[in-house]
Amino acid sequence: MPPPRRRTAITVRRATPLALPLALCLAAGLATGCGGSTATAQDEVLVGLVTKTDDNPFYVKMKEGAQARGKQLGFRVQALAGKGQSDNDSQVQAVENLVAAGAKAILITPADSKAILPAVDKARSKGVLVLALDSPTDPVSATDGTFATDNYQAGLLIGRWAKETFKDKPAKIAMLDLSPAQVAVDVQRDQGFLEGFGVDVKDRARIGDESDPRIVGHEVTDANEEGGRTAMEKLLQKDRGINLVYTINEPAAAGAYEAVKAAGLQDSVTIVSIDGGCPGVRNVAGKVIGATSMQFPIKMATDALDAVAAYLKDGTKPRTSDGLEFTNTGVTLITDRPVPGVPSQDSAWGLKNCWG
Amino acid sequence: MTSPGRGPVPAAKTVTAPDRGSLPVLVARGLTKRYGHVTALGGTDLTLRRQEVLAVIGDNGAGKSTLIKCLSGAVVPDEGTIEVDGRQVAFRGPLDARAAGIETVYQHLAIAPARDIAANLYLGRELRRKGFAGWGLRLLDRKAMRANTRELLDSLGLLTIQSLDQAAETLSGGQRQGIAVARAAAFGSRVVIMDEPTAALGVKESRKVLDLILEIKNRGIPVILISHDMPHVFEVADRIHIQRLGRRIACVPTADITMPEAVALMTGASQPGPEHIQD
Amino acid sequence: MSTNQAIDARGRRVGEPLTTPPPAPAARLQRLLHAHPLIGPALVLVLACVLFSLLIGPRFYQPANLSLVVQQVQIIGMVGVAQTLVILTAGIDLSVAAIMVFTTVVAAQLAVGAGVPAALALLAGFAAGAACGAVNGLLVTRFRVPPFIATLGTLNVFGALTLLLSESQTVRGADLPALFLWPGQTFSAFGADITYGSVLVLVAFLFVAHVLRRTAWGEHVHVTGDTLEGARLSGIRTDRVLLSVYVIAGLICAVAGWFLIGRVGSVSPFSGENVNLSSITAVVIGGTSLFGGRGHVAGTLLGALIVGVFSNGLTLAGVDVLWQTFSIGVLVVAAVGVDQWTRRVGG
Repeated sequence: MPPPRRRTAITVRRATPLALPLALCLAAGLATGCGGSTATAQDEVLVGLVTKTDDNPFYVKMKEGAQARGKQLGFRVQALAGKGQSDNDSQVQAVENLVAAGAKAILITPADSKAILPAVDKARSKGVLVLALDSPTDPVSATDGTFATDNYQAGLLIGRWAKETFKDKPAKIAMLDLSPAQVAVDVQRDQGFLEGFGVDVKDRARIGDESDPRIVGHEVTDANEEGGRTAMEKLLQKDRGINLVYTINEPAAAGAYEAVKAAGLQDSVTIVSIDGGCPGVRNVAGKVIGATSMQFPIKMATDALDAVAAYLKDGTKPRTSDGLEFTNTGVTLITDRPVPGVPSQDSAWGLKNCWG
Repeated sequence: MTSPGRGPVPAAKTVTAPDRGSLPVLVARGLTKRYGHVTALGGTDLTLRRQEVLAVIGDNGAGKSTLIKCLSGAVVPDEGTIEVDGRQVAFRGPLDARAAGIETVYQHLAIAPARDIAANLYLGRELRRKGFAGWGLRLLDRKAMRANTRELLDSLGLLTIQSLDQAAETLSGGQRQGIAVARAAAFGSRVVIMDEPTAALGVKESRKVLDLILEIKNRGIPVILISHDMPHVFEVADRIHIQRLGRRIACVPTADITMPEAVALMTGASQPGPEHIQD
Repeated sequence: MSTNQAIDARGRRVGEPLTTPPPAPAARLQRLLHAHPLIGPALVLVLACVLFSLLIGPRFYQPANLSLVVQQVQIIGMVGVAQTLVILTAGIDLSVAAIMVFTTVVAAQLAVGAGVPAALALLAGFAAGAACGAVNGLLVTRFRVPPFIATLGTLNVFGALTLLLSESQTVRGADLPALFLWPGQTFSAFGADITYGSVLVLVAFLFVAHVLRRTAWGEHVHVTGDTLEGARLSGIRTDRVLLSVYVIAGLICAVAGWFLIGRVGSVSPFSGENVNLSSITAVVIGGTSLFGGRGHVAGTLLGALIVGVFSNGLTLAGVDVLWQTFSIGVLVVAAVGVDQWTRRVGG
């Protein structure tokens, strides 16, 4: 509701006519500030990086890694981002603008694995190499290559670890997923975990169609602390006997832990997660998280840029890993309670190799 | 003016038929309006004769505003009757009152600050183009509205405004009141009601509005004037209707009462006698 | 609130001298901007284009890139038309994006899921948009819920319906009927590929601008936003005007939904996440007052284009994405400041 009109202070009255020209000067300043580099950058190779958001440390590290390797390879890496985990529209616009800017290659972490396809097709038809990072498009073949964690493998590792840990006691499982969108990364981690734990997942492409009584329920977290806490609170309302919590990532795990602690259940609940961010690894050391699957975003960016360099040199396209449709950048289980049959590293190693 | 849809005709109004000459234009009886436990109007009568300016005065909370809202259709009374030219009417909204030829200049001016002068004059009854463009495409006839506005303001001596394109908010308070009064004068075929038309104006601008009130009366349209300003009331009113605690306690020709007497009645300092009701 | 405005506006003028001193340059600018509110945004757009052309060169001003900018702003522009209508009545519609996406899902489910002919499914989507608008309109007029609250509620309602109806699944372009994708098809003109959608958006702008300016309905929309009580006392059926505005806004959002399908080439229940705020941004930068009653859809078109040109131009110039967000924020603040300043004209 607009408030009633009021007189505003004199200072504001003086200032406002200046605001418009100010905004223009600002724009001019921004553009000129970089204008110099643009002019000299005409022969430099432009590579675009389009992430889902620009505030998540995972993407920040990815961006830093890309810019560092880009410098070594003589590329100019321009990073753009969407405004949310599932904001496709901004990513489409970013891809279009990068093509218009003359980018030779675009690295993208698609927010919507299907809806991004037309924009990717258009870019590729103009000769731009498009590589997916972190999460593949659907179908995977829509891009020239994908550099990602094997999310299924990441889920499988924590699932197996949990299975061994819960060898002698019955488990009641809370599943804290990403979003209702059933995006690939969400589905693969969730289903990987459940299969690793020995649950019949029925349709492997669908979260939540299981009928295993050990699963208390699925809730979405938006992959952040607040969402993780709320989701965990809901499931604890449903069943206070929960003793095993799968989380889509470590921020969600941290949120879930707060809910568990508030309920006084921290000694009986084991939380597993995926990511390998430094706060997450510290939580492993601090016994908040039982085990986490570490992924390597910097490696995704650097490997992808190396692939761009190879392609620009002689046209070779990136090779996929054995048995996979994409290039696996690896995943390592981090836990201070190793179990037999599941290879892992401890949190000390994890702290040396975490990403932000 | 029988068709309120068409433009204001600044020329003199048709003279009232002589056989209706003795009949009051507007008669209200026993108007009552309650808001929850608060009784704003407790059975008020009102009579408006032809060719007169009737002033309605009263202290705050006497029910003046509610009374004129009942007459202008903005409020539907709980009880009581209203007759216009001897025929009983029931107003369900401002449009009904306007259709009956009653125009009101509201205290909080019904002026749209961002619209231009012509648009404000035709607020709510814009002219459409003739033919298909009008009834089919519903297009406005801005040209005609502008021309009529110019003519009207000219005839009322209000054409000191530089441009009819300017927004109402760029006008002075007096000029805006002028627009509101001009609108009422143009469209009011039977009665013009004015609620505190000079309240926010300076001396010079008030003078102008008072002249306009007399001008409307001279055109044959009776005026109900609600005002706090006693000198203004005594200057232009033919009769004075005094409202107190939701009822009419007096109604006398201006010549029969002095300003201190009126104020005493209004504030309850003196009690009205039988001589004080002359319909 | 309108009554308050009237009192304020009038009270301000009490006791001021009748003769005004000759205006200072600032006052003259203020009056100019008051009389011609489109000058500000038009100037910003022209200067931005000149600036980026000088800095970036042909890569910016080549027809293909300019066509791209128009394509990128068509959705926000179209939704902005709906938002402008609502804001002109001193309301706000936070549910525009939710309505848009909901209608795309309705149409896609009917066409792909239930096998309804494409044209019928599309019309059903439009009808759903109008119905959503009617819900908003009835909440505002019949139940007297402030527009901000009413549409905040329906934003969530329509959003949830979207997810339920679509089962959170994106429908791929390959599965959609050709008619759905038609707004994204291109034809060649002026040395660029132009989408039918961008042309239709421009047509929609012209049409709505015309209706607002030339018809009694348009006049009543303005007056209702300018002074609600005054409009009512003048015999304007304000409830009917408001209801019609929300219904038409819903319909326009549904048409925007069609263009959205054409643009992204698929139907995703997660589309349009930022369209709500972007549409308000375009309206505000275009000089339409959030207090209602004053503004122009042409301003919204300029506002949307300004946002598009900044985003495109700054990307082409290699500026970090955060500075793009920053500069749009500065523009919004500047636009609101200019609005506040010019509205005090004569005060």
